[in-house]
Amino acid sequence: MANNLGLTVKPVCDITPEEERRVRAWIDTPEYKEKNFARQALVVNPAHACQPLGAELCAHGFEGTLPFVHGSQGCASYYRSTLNRHFREPAPAVCSAMSEDGAVFGGQNNLHEGLENACALYKPKMVAVFTSCMPEIIGDDLSAFIKNARQKGLLPKDVPSPYANTPSFNGSHVHGYDAMLAAILETLTEGRKVEGRCTGKLNFIAGFDANTGNYREYKRIFEAFGIPYTFLADISESFDSPLDGTYRLYPGGTPLEEAADSINGKATLSVAPYATTRTFTWVKESYSGEHVSMPMPMGIGKTDAFLLKLSELFDKPVPAALKAERGRAVDAMTDSHQYIHGKRFAVYGDSDYLVGYVSFLLEMGAKPVHVLCSKGSKKLEKELDGLLGASPYGKEGKVYMNKDLWHLRSLLVTDPVDALIGDTHGKFAARDAKVPLFRFGFPIFDRVNRHRYPLVGYQGVINMVTEICNKFIDLKDDTSDDRSFEMMR
Amino acid sequence: MSGTVKKVDGITKESTQAMIDRTLEAYPEKGRKKRAPHLAPNDPASGSACVRSNRKTVPGVMSARGCAYAGAKGVVWGPIRDMVHVSHGPVGCGWYSWGTRRNLMSGVNGVSSFAMQFTSDFQEKDIVYGGDKKLAVLLREAKELFPLAKGISVLSECPVGLIGDDINAVAKQMSKELDLPIIPCNCEGFRGVSQSLGHHISNDTIRDYVIETREFSEPETPYDIALIGEYNIGGDAWSTKPLLEECGFNVKATWTGDGQMEHIAATHKVKLNVIHCYRSMNYMCKVMEEKYGVPWIELNFFGPTKIKESLRKLAERFDDRIKENVEKVIARYEPRMQEVIEEVRPRLEGKKVMLYVGGLRPRHTVGAYEDLGMTVVGSGYEFAHSDDYDRTAPEMPDATVIYDDASEYELEQFVHDLKPDLVASGIKEKYLFQKMGLPFRQMHSWDYSGPYHGYKGFPIFARDIDMAINSPTWRLVKSPF
Repeated sequence: MANNLGLTVKPVCDITPEEERRVRAWIDTPEYKEKNFARQALVVNPAHACQPLGAELCAHGFEGTLPFVHGSQGCASYYRSTLNRHFREPAPAVCSAMSEDGAVFGGQNNLHEGLENACALYKPKMVAVFTSCMPEIIGDDLSAFIKNARQKGLLPKDVPSPYANTPSFNGSHVHGYDAMLAAILETLTEGRKVEGRCTGKLNFIAGFDANTGNYREYKRIFEAFGIPYTFLADISESFDSPLDGTYRLYPGGTPLEEAADSINGKATLSVAPYATTRTFTWVKESYSGEHVSMPMPMGIGKTDAFLLKLSELFDKPVPAALKAERGRAVDAMTDSHQYIHGKRFAVYGDSDYLVGYVSFLLEMGAKPVHVLCSKGSKKLEKELDGLLGASPYGKEGKVYMNKDLWHLRSLLVTDPVDALIGDTHGKFAARDAKVPLFRFGFPIFDRVNRHRYPLVGYQGVINMVTEICNKFIDLKDDTSDDRSFEMMR
Repeated sequence: MSGTVKKVDGITKESTQAMIDRTLEAYPEKGRKKRAPHLAPNDPASGSACVRSNRKTVPGVMSARGCAYAGAKGVVWGPIRDMVHVSHGPVGCGWYSWGTRRNLMSGVNGVSSFAMQFTSDFQEKDIVYGGDKKLAVLLREAKELFPLAKGISVLSECPVGLIGDDINAVAKQMSKELDLPIIPCNCEGFRGVSQSLGHHISNDTIRDYVIETREFSEPETPYDIALIGEYNIGGDAWSTKPLLEECGFNVKATWTGDGQMEHIAATHKVKLNVIHCYRSMNYMCKVMEEKYGVPWIELNFFGPTKIKESLRKLAERFDDRIKENVEKVIARYEPRMQEVIEEVRPRLEGKKVMLYVGGLRPRHTVGAYEDLGMTVVGSGYEFAHSDDYDRTAPEMPDATVIYDDASEYELEQFVHDLKPDLVASGIKEKYLFQKMGLPFRQMHSWDYSGPYHGYKGFPIFARDIDMAINSPTWRLVKSPF
């Protein structure tokens, strides 16, 4: 029967232009901002996704690895299409396609059938299993399920199958990445620690980073130093593979043997202190050699610290080529400082990225005014406050933890800025505030090739300076009247 | 439709069956048995489905399917522009489906239309203690912050059903408190076998909570129709609605692309429902026919041949005034369509295309490709039912391969064998085939282009297909060294 809500039948009544104008003006007011910030339950335009997305990204970073989503099939399609859209690359992954009967009987049958089919069709060297909501709620015992699969011969003996619990009602994509990475490393390195053995290599952990250019930049730096390395979860080939007429299901990733031997490394370095806490804690307990966790090398200061750390760990001087590169990056900054000095910025993003943006902006004399994190910790808040407080350009900066992009919109319209740094999802807020958006984060669905331009290292500094300053110059050209439209800028 | 059976050189029932058998060899026995009935050579003369469909997805095969929530949020509810659609549960589902279907909206975003992501962002404590109280608070906040919203849909994600929340009770209570339609939609992703159940559940909630709650204030006319199953992908409805208006119709409501809740609620008062996407909305057409005596008609707005056929079929239901208008409209646009065809057809003649989309386009677009001189050599659906495959059989050439809920492995093998010049499918398939050096167009999202519907859409479709197949970039794929 219709009208189950028992509402009175009314005539169709369209929203009038007057009402639209009134509310449009109202949502830009401080009064609205106050109501907006008083929200307790409703989340509007969040800037974070759920754990399994990160787990899938991580799994793609290993040689011959098939990501396996244990849960409803729609979840798998969502993660895959998100990665497809951001990288404009394939993202092959399978799922156990649980449905109503799974809710009643548990997901073991689906998982087993899925493993058997996936191994036959896609011949993976490793299957990385992670969960979406359903098995987490009904309490599936992945450890037992996978053990049983192996006993039944559904999983080939030589195919490792790490698994991670990645419930979507906890943490974000960043935490799912961390959980999967820890699970993969724990599985691959099991029984591989050899007393007295040292690979002589650096184990490198980037955390959830969907910029393939960053991966290539890190490698270039290690190679310039002559430091042998194992990149733990290397997605650079998986999501930036050449087009040559052949589709490769597994075009790249960290070789499994190398990952297994990483436990005997000379040093393990994470540049994702917020995004790989779990992995790093475990690495500290289990891995040989030194363990270092430090901020992502974004901006000059943090890149300097990164290179000095590499120099110290491997007892090698910073190569002359990188020193020259530093000079070029500083040159680029001073050449263009006038276009960015004093400009007010709003920034949002994942924790490690956020620290990077703020450090870089302060170095340029720009003012990070609104610093917003959709999913962050007290520790992050403290670090950001510390960064802002230590710089004359950070005095107006305020950190907003666990807020969404509708909060951000209120900030942008009530306390205006000159630009926003974020990802594609920030485009509506940026448009309403009539400011440019710099897409340095994840995901980027509406511009091409951004993920190929590194943001880390000195090269990253040059890229960010170029993009930001040229945009401000474009704006000046676009908005100046004929008399002020001139050759020089 | 024509009754003549189309043939493709080199494709026979035997060759297609052999290709299917070779593909199935890779499966373990159980998987092979399950998949075999979903793959078959087409038999146009039979006029009925040659494959099994709407069954559970086989685990582990890399299906492209989504879930019931995707069907409810992405397809049926999400496009209604003047409602707040709450993804009720953890943060992910709403985030992934935010803006990704390209159902465009008029209005002012955040004021009178809501191309946004609203979620209750479930945390562990909501799973443990239930989310009903949070939902009530959230609904009050939504009403306060978005006062012009005409209603709120509550779209359940998996956990809501699993922990036993009662969103129906909350919706009922809060509808009264807020004097606002709040529609509970139990579309948890684990329900059913694909997006399709989400469409059905959403249709049912429109039946139960929306239809009949409003009435149009202007007087009825014999030309009042509603456009059903038009989602305004890339602006499709902004092509089809004016086209129907040009023919003399009053399009009283659009379901649901750029749709308005109250117009949808009064649709039981129209004289005819015109349905484009049969798969996702036939349910409500049938309800309105049975309950309110509103007849319905299936039309196809892809490519001039089908548009002409459809408009004449529609005019048959009306008086001479409409019939004359329709002929005038056809005469007005046909020359432009012929110009488009004359321009691109020489570059596309004889090119082969393989289709794999959701529940409608694998049959509806066949004519548009044929208008361009192309041949469809394979077709299939992610979530179609038997009645869709019945409708597909006469559209496709004889013995061409038909695939239901195809796995990526199957599609890859078929493409290897059939060597099409274009694959038209979704985002998850796109880059796989492009890596092979094969031109590709996304046929869910129009690959960020569109509209493709109606006379306004066909020149854009033709340009895009021409561009995809004839881009000089494909010639650079093979390296000289």
